[in-house]
Amino acid sequence: MAAEIQTFYDVMRAQGTSRRSFLKFCSLTAAALGLEPIYASKIAHAMETKPRIPVLWMHGLECTCCSESFIRSGHPLAKDVILKMISLDYDDTLMAAAGAQAEAILDEIPKRYKGEYILAVEGNPPLNEDGMYCIVGGKPFVEKLRAVAADAKAVIAWGACASWGCVQAARPNPTQATPIDKVITDKPVIKVPGCPPIAEVMTGVISYMITFDRLPELDGRGRPLMFYGQRIHDKCYRRPHFDAGEFVESWDDLGAREGYCLYKMGCRGPTTYNACSTIRWNGGVSFPIQAGHGCIGCSEDNFWDNGPFYHRLSHVGAGFGVEATADEIGGLAASAVAAGVVAHAGLSAAKHLRKNRHDDHPSPNRKTDDGERS
Amino acid sequence: MTTITTPNGFTIDNSGKRMVVDPITRIEGHLRCEVNLDQNNVIRNAVSSGTMWRGLEVILKGRDPRDAWAFCERICGVCTGIHALASVRAVEDALGIKIPENANSIRNLMEATQWAQDHLVHFYHLHALDWVDVVSSLKADPKATSDLAQSISPWPNSSPGYFRDVQSKLKKFVDSGQLGPFMNGYWGNPAYLLPPEANLMAVSHYLEALDFQREIVKIHTVFGGKNPHPNWLVGGMACAINVDGPLAAGAPVNMVQLNLVSSIIDRTIAFIDQVYIPDLMAIASVYKTWTYGRGLAGQNVMSYGDFPLHANEFSEQNLLIPRGAIVDGKLDAVFDVDLRDPSQVQEFVDHSWYRYPDEAAGLHPWAGITDPNFVLGPATVGTKTDIKQLDEDAKYSFIKAPRWQGHAMEVGPLSRFTIGYAKGIADFKEPVDKMLTDLGLPIDALFTTLGRTAARGLEASWAAHKMRLFFDQLMSNLRAGDLATASTEKWEPATWPKEAKGIGHVEAPRGSLGHWIHIKDQKIEAYQAVVPTTWNGSPRDPSGNIGAFEAALLHTPLAEATQPLEILRTLHSFDPCLACATHVLAQDGGELVRIQVR
Repeated sequence: MAAEIQTFYDVMRAQGTSRRSFLKFCSLTAAALGLEPIYASKIAHAMETKPRIPVLWMHGLECTCCSESFIRSGHPLAKDVILKMISLDYDDTLMAAAGAQAEAILDEIPKRYKGEYILAVEGNPPLNEDGMYCIVGGKPFVEKLRAVAADAKAVIAWGACASWGCVQAARPNPTQATPIDKVITDKPVIKVPGCPPIAEVMTGVISYMITFDRLPELDGRGRPLMFYGQRIHDKCYRRPHFDAGEFVESWDDLGAREGYCLYKMGCRGPTTYNACSTIRWNGGVSFPIQAGHGCIGCSEDNFWDNGPFYHRLSHVGAGFGVEATADEIGGLAASAVAAGVVAHAGLSAAKHLRKNRHDDHPSPNRKTDDGERS
Repeated sequence: MTTITTPNGFTIDNSGKRMVVDPITRIEGHLRCEVNLDQNNVIRNAVSSGTMWRGLEVILKGRDPRDAWAFCERICGVCTGIHALASVRAVEDALGIKIPENANSIRNLMEATQWAQDHLVHFYHLHALDWVDVVSSLKADPKATSDLAQSISPWPNSSPGYFRDVQSKLKKFVDSGQLGPFMNGYWGNPAYLLPPEANLMAVSHYLEALDFQREIVKIHTVFGGKNPHPNWLVGGMACAINVDGPLAAGAPVNMVQLNLVSSIIDRTIAFIDQVYIPDLMAIASVYKTWTYGRGLAGQNVMSYGDFPLHANEFSEQNLLIPRGAIVDGKLDAVFDVDLRDPSQVQEFVDHSWYRYPDEAAGLHPWAGITDPNFVLGPATVGTKTDIKQLDEDAKYSFIKAPRWQGHAMEVGPLSRFTIGYAKGIADFKEPVDKMLTDLGLPIDALFTTLGRTAARGLEASWAAHKMRLFFDQLMSNLRAGDLATASTEKWEPATWPKEAKGIGHVEAPRGSLGHWIHIKDQKIEAYQAVVPTTWNGSPRDPSGNIGAFEAALLHTPLAEATQPLEILRTLHSFDPCLACATHVLAQDGGELVRIQVR
């Protein structure tokens, strides 16, 4: 086996990809990332000159939904990411080796590619019981996580578990499951939240990092702005029904069959930053609201404890200061938060006048922020 | 201990050299396996340890029962949706909620979709590399590979050029020096028996299946909005149907979406019958001499039954997957299984990292306790945070030991097919008989590692064809004018009784899954799940019975003493799911249960 590392382009050419197909691949990648056509040539240049970057994908306490989502990616195909864009040298879910042969990879790659590999983390470490609620190779997962993170070029937190803690960290968090940026504190952690994240968002983040050799622009909480810069509600196809005061009042009622707004059924779209209503799921087939169930807010910090899911947003914690009633718009009783959302509807027209809608990026204290913004 | 015979009839001997395999990869979650090898490298003792714990059930306490499905769904993202289905069924059972026929058809369709996709991904992406030598495929003759493929299947991607192209890409990938997921694999191990051409065919289909699996789950996306983790609903499904109204285009389910579902069903049937099944038969025809991995198969097997043809009816005659238990290998006596009977399903923890007041006794899930207690036995080698070797005479796993009438049981596709076969049901008997005849094997050959893998393939085909049945059932109902997808009369908690208990059972891809719920004052008072890998991966119980993983590994020789290939092969034949198996926590979690009831 040749020890020399080849570039993406070398590998793709060697695998029979024509120059023409290669450039088309770059154009599609650019389009998938929402970039202008000129970036296709930059992507092509990057792929012609860079080796496949080693990725070590570690699993803590999780359910593997992130891995499953990743392999659902349609553009690029997961197959192409794994075989052409990155070198997925460790991933307990897919790798051929086990036991000692798998452990050896975790020792070897950080030494051979010091500072040059990406650590991707699915799940999180529990800190109770000296970390032994998640054991890998006889040792606490958190210990291995810290060791592999030490020489990583960048760290990706896949999904709500690694980003925020997710379901095992919901009250009372019996294992003290902890987001990875609480244990990896010496380098930036790119958070790609969601339970799971959208497949093309996952491969989009990787494509971006490899193409431009830099981290995507992140918001104050570490999320790529390009996918988490807007609320689901902002681009929801049911938004006109919200603005018109047309709501689903009960499951399978006429409004449900006509695609009315799900706000009264507990939809978290107005407070959830994600790309579900734009990129949609599984090749654009649908997304939760389109399929008739409200958003449960799965990309938001602490969403499990912001329920019950079917209570409209008024039951989410504090911070929504606008006082009004939903009667103004929907004819039903409401609460402070409902009022916030209602006011938000009223302000829609005014917002069109605002030059830069992106001034409402989430802040660390975004609940309050949401309320004021709404 | 050196040599002992367990009450369930297995002889174990821990005197030989200990081999530790941790992590077991290509599974869901974290599993450790230790074995003792005799001087001929034959496994004489096996220790299976679940090495993660999440405590989901204590997290559920005090929450709205209508939310439980979403929490439970996150038990597992591989068999996504299965726990959600068990959960909504448990709540509906407790509250006496009846769902519409359309919701039943959609749920069945989503579950069958999950079986088809999950079995396919398991076979190619989690299990195939135990049988298929990727590097050997570089030596294949593409023309001979094409002849082989065309002799067993009409699948169109079978020309010499197609296989030459795959082979050439693979060669360049290997030559790049960056082997990615194939790094440090067991390539060249003598336990790999396939000729290079069969290896090349299988590797080609590994890649095709990786592309295709993402199509199958779009059915979940139509009805549940996303996959993994589609949305479910207590009382039915949230995906309202509108096939001809003026706003149908924006409805969850309309004619376009239904046509997409129908098209995916056709393609799923084609892929499974023309790629998966022929590959399985090709692999089985070569490996049929590798007869290891019996364990509890054919001896103690169980199914809760599933796929109610009509809504709200879980009696045996309405279930397409039969219910029952076989003990001591008596295939002519299939016992009924009752999940409400406190004497039938019980969980033990004397070898598990939990605490009971009386660890000699088992507890029915409605009375379950899970109080974590991570302690290592005196014979442990290493320290608390650096375990070199477990002490299996003490507590050694985060998996509990469930027993049915005191018996360790195997669950999963092979158990379901065994029960269906024993009951003489054509859906299960005919494909098994055909497969055995084609391979020239007796029925006993089914009760092996390979038989487990084969049953999963036959079941994937069963599920794909049943997807068509459930879709046709839905369309027939829509044609009759019934559009209902959800029942809402008991949606509001004010309509519920002050206290109620329920069970929800599902046959998950990996086997029998049960959820037990206790609702009090409109909140979850207690929640307990006993999952397939809890059954199959269970540690020992107070009587010394060993579970299905440990039993199946016994007597297996390793071709290379340092390479755990055969261990992976047998463990993977169960399709282990450790996040499922080790999430448990129940009504009395001791001091952990300091919950803010909202």
